[in-house]
Amino acid sequence: MNLAFDALLALALLWSAWRSLATPDLTRAVVMFIVFGLLMALAWARLDAPDIALAEAAIGAGLTGALLLDALGAFGKRRAGDKP
Amino acid sequence: MNGPARLAVGGLAVALAGALAAAILDLPSAAVDLRGAVAMNLSASGVEHPVTAVLLNFRGYDTLLEIAVLLLALLGMLAVAKPESGGSPPAAADPMLRTLAGVAVPLMILAAGYLLWAGAHRPGGAFQAGAVLAAAAVLLHLAGRLPAWASPKRMLRLGLAGGFLVFLAVSAILLSEGALLRYPLEHAGALILLIEAGLTLSLGLILAGLFLVLAWHPASPSESAGEESKS
Repeated sequence: MNLAFDALLALALLWSAWRSLATPDLTRAVVMFIVFGLLMALAWARLDAPDIALAEAAIGAGLTGALLLDALGAFGKRRAGDKP
Repeated sequence: MNGPARLAVGGLAVALAGALAAAILDLPSAAVDLRGAVAMNLSASGVEHPVTAVLLNFRGYDTLLEIAVLLLALLGMLAVAKPESGGSPPAAADPMLRTLAGVAVPLMILAAGYLLWAGAHRPGGAFQAGAVLAAAAVLLHLAGRLPAWASPKRMLRLGLAGGFLVFLAVSAILLSEGALLRYPLEHAGALILLIEAGLTLSLGLILAGLFLVLAWHPASPSESAGEESKS
């Protein structure tokens, strides 16, 4: 059971990392990055490192994801401003 | 990129990944077992959680420099940001989001306080608590309840630098007693809690600042024209 969960987690990590890098859609890339961060936090928790899991979930997934989404929003606004 | 080149790059990447994996599996076990040393000296650190003991006591110097680096990063951002007047007020957000932020933020502040207190004996501590505080500030900004920062006023500057200053003051006092960041045994727990409380507040403000300074857009005529055409 644990082995199955770990294997699934590892596969999901690789898949989300690949989707985040390979997708042409920036919004989807950012969302997949946040998913990757949350899965990474789970992986740290599975490795008995709850301190790193907390930091990864809060900073890696939460704050970095918010920053990336904000950057995306600013880009979108600038593009909309270019062609009125 | 055409087919063969893509294949060659992919092959090289797979070979590199394989070599890295082999190198990690081939690593010898660590020559010095630091876990044993930490466990042996844990009773002298003033806290019961090994990670907090290492971060704030045994390797406190690293943490001191870490908060200094974060503060410098924010100072660099403030130096290049343009503090012109007439910044954008927070955009009116969805009433649903406003209500949710109003409910969630007090709970997040409570969770940050718990994480700070829990750091002494279980996973938690100043960095996690500060990140939760920063997330609360970002949520408030996204819900339109907290304006972005153009240039921080005196109180905010004091809050940003306060954690580092408290840490530095404790280090300076301890330096005059003998060694940098060697806490006296009977006060170690209280001193660590004091430093962590300052660090939590400052880290929350610094991490939130990384977002709120970037989120501040001066109201340039082209941008406001673009927004008008949209609405």
